[in-house]
Amino acid sequence: MTEAFLDVRNVSRRFAPRLSFGDRIAGKLGQPIDARVTHAVDGVSLAIAKGEALGLVGESGCGKSTLGRVIAGILPPSEGTTAVAGEPVMSQGPRRHKTTTRVQMIFQDPFASLDPRMQVGDTVAEGPIAHRLTTRAQARDYVGRWLTTVGLDPGFAARYPHQFSGGQRQRIAIARALAMQPDMLVCDEPVASLDVSIQAQIINLFLKLRRELNLTMLFISHDLGVVRHLCDRVAIMYLGRIVELGETQAVYAAPQHPYTRALLDSVPKLMLDDHETTAFKPIAGELPSPLAPPPGCHFHLRCPLVQPICRQERPPLRAVLPGRESACHFAPFPPGLRRLR
Amino acid sequence: MTRPSQNGPLLEVDDLATHFFTRAGVIRAVDGVSFSLKRGEVMGLVGESGSGKSVTGFSLLGLIDPPGRIVSGSVRFDGQDLVALPPAQLRRLRGRKIAMVFQDPATTLNPVVTIGDQMRMALEAHGVRGEQRTRERSVAVLTRVGIPDAARRLKAYPHEFSGGMRQRVAIAIALLHDPALLIADEPTTALDVSIQAQILAEMRGLVADLGMALIWISHDLATVSSLADSIAVMYAGRIVEAGPTAAVLRDPRHHYTRGLLDSLPARAEPGRDLVQIPGTTPSLLALPPGCAFAPRCPRADETCLAMPALVSDGLRRHRCHHPLGLEGAP
Ligand SMILES: Nc1ncnc2c1ncn2[C@@H]1O[C@H](COP(=O)(O)OP(=O)(O)OP(=O)(O)O)[C@@H](O)[C@H]1O
Ligand SMILES: Nc1ncnc2c1ncn2[C@@H]1O[C@H](COP(=O)(O)OP(=O)(O)OP(=O)(O)O)[C@@H](O)[C@H]1O
Ligand code: SF4
Ligand code: SF4
Ligand SMILES: [Mg+2]
Ligand SMILES: [Mg+2]
Repeated sequence: MTEAFLDVRNVSRRFAPRLSFGDRIAGKLGQPIDARVTHAVDGVSLAIAKGEALGLVGESGCGKSTLGRVIAGILPPSEGTTAVAGEPVMSQGPRRHKTTTRVQMIFQDPFASLDPRMQVGDTVAEGPIAHRLTTRAQARDYVGRWLTTVGLDPGFAARYPHQFSGGQRQRIAIARALAMQPDMLVCDEPVASLDVSIQAQIINLFLKLRRELNLTMLFISHDLGVVRHLCDRVAIMYLGRIVELGETQAVYAAPQHPYTRALLDSVPKLMLDDHETTAFKPIAGELPSPLAPPPGCHFHLRCPLVQPICRQERPPLRAVLPGRESACHFAPFPPGLRRLR
Repeated sequence: MTRPSQNGPLLEVDDLATHFFTRAGVIRAVDGVSFSLKRGEVMGLVGESGSGKSVTGFSLLGLIDPPGRIVSGSVRFDGQDLVALPPAQLRRLRGRKIAMVFQDPATTLNPVVTIGDQMRMALEAHGVRGEQRTRERSVAVLTRVGIPDAARRLKAYPHEFSGGMRQRVAIAIALLHDPALLIADEPTTALDVSIQAQILAEMRGLVADLGMALIWISHDLATVSSLADSIAVMYAGRIVEAGPTAAVLRDPRHHYTRGLLDSLPARAEPGRDLVQIPGTTPSLLALPPGCAFAPRCPRADETCLAMPALVSDGLRRHRCHHPLGLEGAP
């Protein structure tokens, strides 16, 4: 890998619990109350090179969106820093705010991310006008150009979100992000809610944008097939931490962390035989809670290879092979991990 | 009223049509849909965005509001025609014997009420009362869909959950009363593969153990193929192809089904453009005459200007003048 364009250093993000008035009084009186903090992101470091696409994959609730929002400067981290091309994404101090327009985000929910009362042209123009990338007078042409880039008719600018299909709305959300002329996009599950044929259009659009604009991308998805198609490298996340990082093809072919192995084993396949049934293989054991993450390796409650050391010591993310990092005490596994069950 | 035998269909949908009478014109969202489902059977419903999958689900539950209306057809559930049923009786079935997981979890979850209270209200609506009973039932279903620390999470509000967790809560609410028929609209699209496997295993268990019938609306052909006994493919308000799942996906008859399968990422080299179905989804306000897929179909010719009839061959049905694999056959 060449020089880091996006540099994430030791980022953590916690959410304080919401305490009721009664709880707070009880707490002051010294009564036991449940005031556990959610550790959504726990000490994550990663780097993305200019023009590279990194996939971020992991269990629901493991902190992907939270990490994405920190990287995009929408949510301040509790600890750590993120920088794009050497510039910090957020200011320091008490009133932290985003200081760059170089990173933009596309959100998980295409239903919620567009203002239903605004014409989509105005939605796309809002940010660029505020940041003087265009003027009110030129906004129409400016918006038209970005709508065209994402394959929409510039005439659609005067319409409202409910007049569009899910796929078209997602294109509008992409146009709004691109109109800020970012160098980097954080895409949070941008195709999950779209049907297969429209998914193909959006994936092809991302491929084109990468080729033509040399965009750097963090691509959050639980669809391992889409990630393999679109991303050069992949980061696997589990309960707030990155547990494996490496080239997509290589990670899929020979994973170096038991969680990655389990994840790959649970991907449903297209069944084309009449009597074949899939044995769904959810990962054994109960999902640990981010309110009370287990000590040591976060995966130890469910790991088929667990040893005593795993319950005590946190395995650091470290290079185990050229171009590959794993956070398992026992990596590397020379040929890669085989199926574990 | 005569009760159908245990082996007869639990649900029989016949020539169902649901239209929306908007100022711009009549939207034929569902237009002549027929299928049937036995206890313990799973049907996958797939198709183009906007083709009428969700409206089909809403129609079964009687959840169509003006300007929409069921204009024709019948929905027989356990011997009763739901289309003709008075609203009060339908309400008693809905949420209890027939439940639905909605595509947009925001429709199910009230943002200002805790998860625990929402589940208690859903239980009380159908006569399950008592603090401890409702609590135990809620924790049990939440645990079943993989919510860790379920007892404590009852106090949380929807925004404190991740996207996938909200989806699982919505599934849990649908399972509260052990429904005889569950309609699940894109239930696992927001979920990672491991939780998805857990939900799929759970669904298969409910189908096998309780004989629940399941309509699984999804664009994920892989989950459909591993869960559903039969599959129905919709395009522009109609079922264009249906049959046993593996057979349909192995050799599709309709050109739209073929196009869907070809656009899967698994069928392309990483980094290469995926195969796209040319053109765009037609507006239901201005459907072309004849086969609605014709403007995008590689095989279309002048015969396709006439509406193809639904043809049955054995267990399979298709609506195409030039079905794949059957043309030129003796
Ligand atoms: N505003 C918030 N307040 C309290 N807790 C939160 C908040 N946002 C997220 N969390 C918690 O942080 C954890 C991580 O959430 P996040 O949305 O980042 O997960 P995710 O990996 O994106 O999951 P999914 O795949 O389901 O979208 C979850 O336990 C969630 O409940
Ligand atoms: N309340 C409504 N008023 C007018 N038209 C409607 C209404 N609800 C749905 N429609 C239209 O009915 C058609 C079918 O919609 P439906 O939501 O069933 O599609 P779908 O197959 O579920 O698509 P998706 O995969 O995107 O969820 C669409 O063209 C939609 O615009
Ligand atoms: S460190 Fe131990 S528990 Fe964690 S993944 Fe490796 S073997 Fe499993
Ligand atoms: S009827 Fe004609 S246009 Fe329609 S799918 Fe068949 S061949 Fe194509
Ligand atoms: Mg998320
Ligand atoms: Mg729908």
